[in-house]
Amino acid sequence: MYEKDGEKYFVVDEHLHFWDASPENTTNKYGEGFIKCFYDYHANLSPDEYTWTFEKYRKYTEEDIMHDLFEVGHVDKAILQSTYLTDFYDNGFNTIERNHTLVEKYPDKFLSNFGWDPRNEEKGLEMLERDFEKYGSKGVKLYTAEWKGESHGWKLDDPWSLKHLEKCQELGIKNVHIHKGPTIWPLNRDAFDVADVDRTATLFPDLNFVVEHVGLPRLEDFCWIGTQEPNVYGGLAVAMPFIHAKPRYFAQIIGELLYWIGEDRLMFASDYALWQPGWLVEKFVDFQYPDDAEFDDYAEITPDIKRKILGLNAAKLYDIEVPEELQLATAGSTTGQIAADPVSPA
Amino acid sequence: MPTRKAVLDALSGVRDPELDEPITDLDFVSDLEIEASAAFVRLRLPTYFCAPNFAYLMVADAKAAVLSVAGIEQARIVLDDHYASEEINGGVNEQRGFDGAFPDKTEGGDLEELRTTFRRKSFVSRQEQLCRAMLADGFTPLDLSGMSLEEVPPSKEFETYLERRAELGLEIGPEEPLIVDPDGNRVPKDAVVQHLRFARTVRVSIEGNASLCRGLLATRYGIQEKKEATA
Repeated sequence: MYEKDGEKYFVVDEHLHFWDASPENTTNKYGEGFIKCFYDYHANLSPDEYTWTFEKYRKYTEEDIMHDLFEVGHVDKAILQSTYLTDFYDNGFNTIERNHTLVEKYPDKFLSNFGWDPRNEEKGLEMLERDFEKYGSKGVKLYTAEWKGESHGWKLDDPWSLKHLEKCQELGIKNVHIHKGPTIWPLNRDAFDVADVDRTATLFPDLNFVVEHVGLPRLEDFCWIGTQEPNVYGGLAVAMPFIHAKPRYFAQIIGELLYWIGEDRLMFASDYALWQPGWLVEKFVDFQYPDDAEFDDYAEITPDIKRKILGLNAAKLYDIEVPEELQLATAGSTTGQIAADPVSPA
Repeated sequence: MPTRKAVLDALSGVRDPELDEPITDLDFVSDLEIEASAAFVRLRLPTYFCAPNFAYLMVADAKAAVLSVAGIEQARIVLDDHYASEEINGGVNEQRGFDGAFPDKTEGGDLEELRTTFRRKSFVSRQEQLCRAMLADGFTPLDLSGMSLEEVPPSKEFETYLERRAELGLEIGPEEPLIVDPDGNRVPKDAVVQHLRFARTVRVSIEGNASLCRGLLATRYGIQEKKEATA
């Protein structure tokens, strides 16, 4: 919970990690390259006082995460998203097994989502059922750019992926978090394209599709499908930290997202340990559009809109109980507009 | 012997297809050596995992650009510090093409379709930049919707817009409408405002990606990043 100027905010961090990229666990140059790339994102976009050493960044402790999220980070509930990367790291990067140790120890603080890989085909479906039985997750995290032997990625509407989604629907796993990366088959196409999410969201109207990083670097494609598909949501991981390093860009992104997607389908995330939630929450609550013509036609982001983005929207998807005093100040308020009949020129 | 300037000028004609900016402005060219009629160029990118298809296009375009300089007969382009450096450098310098560099990992026609997708995006973005400047100068959306190219006042934005419009193979005759979609169709009057509204999202996206890439490159190689002006 965060309180400022008499306004209170319930905070759900919907996308974060408890990873191990220590040298001992790193399998090859790809794993080394992956964590270095992550570190550059961290170092480039964090305020100096929140920038870690590379050594600490590779593997942080349970004490670090508890402190950064719940002691100084204002987080009420955190959703750990699993990213396995077993081709890069001996024991995986951020597996459900590792994440679940935190859920078991602090069940009131954490939820954890496992993942599945359609390239495991029939065996994958069995694993999905087993994982659901074991972890009871209400969501899954899918990383379509994950390497697996010769394969460098997959698409959400691949036939075996659709079978896994059917299984999710059958089991009642309703939230599907999708993270796009730089590789996918076929390699000559745009790997960040979210058209597969568009097609799949139409096929599964009862599932919620949370596009992580609001589709960045394809913000425009994501905004476009968000207007078409009412069950597509945007996770703000990676978009949030621009609020410090590139505030005008942040203002433009959030303005565009609120215009196209609206205030009910955007959710805060830190992507910890990429960034720490404390400073992100504080800066977002203070956020106002810059005072110049470029931002004139964006509607003001009221405390209630901030409340929805910081926690209430995610709480709804995950049936997280929110104390009465932290609900919206104005019931049923809606100011974010969704454009009517947009025309896609691209 | 060809001069450094001539080769760098040629390289400045190579754009990152995704960011629509010259690779020289983006600081992707890290080294250039010229010996007699041979040029050797090193390229670098913001991350180890930058998408290999765009990386390949830049290396291949750099090679073609350098070879277009009078007096250069041999060009070797090397992309450093990328997970697929070996495949890309081999593919370009041994002229195996993208399909040859990544056997069994592609489908359909090489990379031209990808290039066209991003030319269309940057066309939309450049059109929006031009229209935004014109709106700021007092034109109304209705004015713009009825305008032909010969009625547009000259500007830098207009020049870059026409350049991309021609590259896409669209008409640029004086009587052609100013606002067309990436297929060259005139945007109907009552759809212009909404057309430009989405075009703005495309522009914000491309500009934002370029800004992030600059930042990541600066952090990766310890070079100075030009900070965004705060409001």
